[in-house]
Amino acid sequence: MKKKRLFENIVHGIFLILGLITVGFVLLITIYLIVSGIPAINEIGIIDFLFGAEWAPTKSEPQYGILPFILTSVYGTAGAILIGVPIGFMTAVYLSKVANKKVRAMVETAVNLLAGIPSVVYGLVGMLILVPNIKKIFDIPDGASLLAAIIVLAIMILPSIIKVSITSLDAVPKEYEDASLALGATETETFFKVSVPAAKSGIAAAVVLGVGRAIGEAMAVMMVSGNVANMPSLFESVRFLTTAVSSEMAYSSGLQQQALFSIALVLFLFIMLINVTLNFFLKKERK
Amino acid sequence: MNTNLKGKMKIGRKVYIGLMKFGMLLCTALVATLTLFLIVYILIKGIPNISWEFLSTKPSYLSDRIGILPDILNTLYIVITTLIIVIPLGVGAAIYLTEYANNKKIVAAIEFAAETLSGIPSIIYGLVGMLFFCQFMGLKTSLIAGSLTLVIMNLPNVMRTTQESLKTVPQSYREGALGLGAGKWRMIRTVVLPGCVDGVITGCILSIGRILGESAALLFTAGFAHAMGNMFEALTSPGASLTVALYVYAKEQGEFEVAFAIAAILMILTLIINLSATMVQKHFEKRRKV
Repeated sequence: MKKKRLFENIVHGIFLILGLITVGFVLLITIYLIVSGIPAINEIGIIDFLFGAEWAPTKSEPQYGILPFILTSVYGTAGAILIGVPIGFMTAVYLSKVANKKVRAMVETAVNLLAGIPSVVYGLVGMLILVPNIKKIFDIPDGASLLAAIIVLAIMILPSIIKVSITSLDAVPKEYEDASLALGATETETFFKVSVPAAKSGIAAAVVLGVGRAIGEAMAVMMVSGNVANMPSLFESVRFLTTAVSSEMAYSSGLQQQALFSIALVLFLFIMLINVTLNFFLKKERK
Repeated sequence: MNTNLKGKMKIGRKVYIGLMKFGMLLCTALVATLTLFLIVYILIKGIPNISWEFLSTKPSYLSDRIGILPDILNTLYIVITTLIIVIPLGVGAAIYLTEYANNKKIVAAIEFAAETLSGIPSIIYGLVGMLFFCQFMGLKTSLIAGSLTLVIMNLPNVMRTTQESLKTVPQSYREGALGLGAGKWRMIRTVVLPGCVDGVITGCILSIGRILGESAALLFTAGFAHAMGNMFEALTSPGASLTVALYVYAKEQGEFEVAFAIAAILMILTLIINLSATMVQKHFEKRRKV
């Protein structure tokens, strides 16, 4: 009997360890980013690093200001949200409330597919369709620009926004809608003035999730944004936080490479902030 | 009655309703058209460039030929290795959460960690993977370092789908097994584990989809070589997955025909994975009802 007890305890221990591995991974990532990100920030000075407007690590007097990257990431994400959220939101309301079963199933399959397309494929299509057309339409020397990145990101965040919004719109109690209809509101009015407000924390979660996706995307953006460390402007080549990390990692060393780790740390802090906000909205939704 | 009401509606209200209806239709049509366009465009541009030689050879400068067999094999090796490692970890974590955990704080910590992991962008996984697996653990840039990085990325996936399927195992089964004198481990092995097969399969399909599409996390951990070898040689040497190969061919070498051919292959694989995910889900739902 004692032996059996011991055996059960060992099994329990093994499962506990397996359960805690997730926590271990998060700690590993956090610690590695902090440990490798802090030295360069110390050396450059946090103010010069975060608010310096010039990134020129190979100059004779190297400059390590990442403000252009931060602003590009913020503007790029904001632009993608501005385009992607209304489209995704309207689609979600239509699919959840208006569409018949067949249409809904069809469009949902399409949305799932959109979510499954690898980011490099988005980048490739963007490179060959968006970039040349932007160049032609706006008559600028290079079409690889913030605008191209915003459009690609807007498309890439659509699936997350649509899916999360649909889930919360589906969960709105039928009684709310019936009451509104009985009071003389039309169906469309009911959907937008009763169902949508009732699902607002879920929709907020969808937006935050979209922000997270957009700010973290690297490869697709790398392929269409031109990758030059300019201050953000719609028709110029820009570099995001994510692409700043990946574009110089292969050949950098010393302080330059350490500064790239610091950029990753800044990106990580952004993401953690977004995650906390997301959890806040999701918890509210569950209540 | 209803038509009467509509006749008396104020103009503003009518305009609002009309606009919203139009907006909904327009946006839905846009999303559907966009998806259709992407699929058709990629397949039309890509499929003509796919040939047997393209699929079955490695690139050779001598004969000026590009073949993607090494990239296909690398992707396959990465998928297999990642799944082999991530499934036990994910299933174990899920079993701990649903069967053992009685400390609320530990449960909250694990769930928070899983949520955090699924929110971290792949470029950060790539960076930490490079620092930890390639440099600290001395694995260098290799397929195994890439796979281990992807294990961390996909763990929340497998954990969550397994957890979902464990919830559908009736509590009475567990009580029955325990009541017949089975120890907890025996109960888990004979009652709980068979019940989570659904979740594991769904988790696998989701993970395969994610691994196939992943590029940023692999670029710095698995590298972009096109060498060929058997699985064990390949695991310890650098190699490009299909996505990374696409990126390198398109961005660095300007070989758009090759890039589109790979994109078409990835697209077809994505279609297959989505289809099988739906089918598996339907199958399991049916079985549960019976």
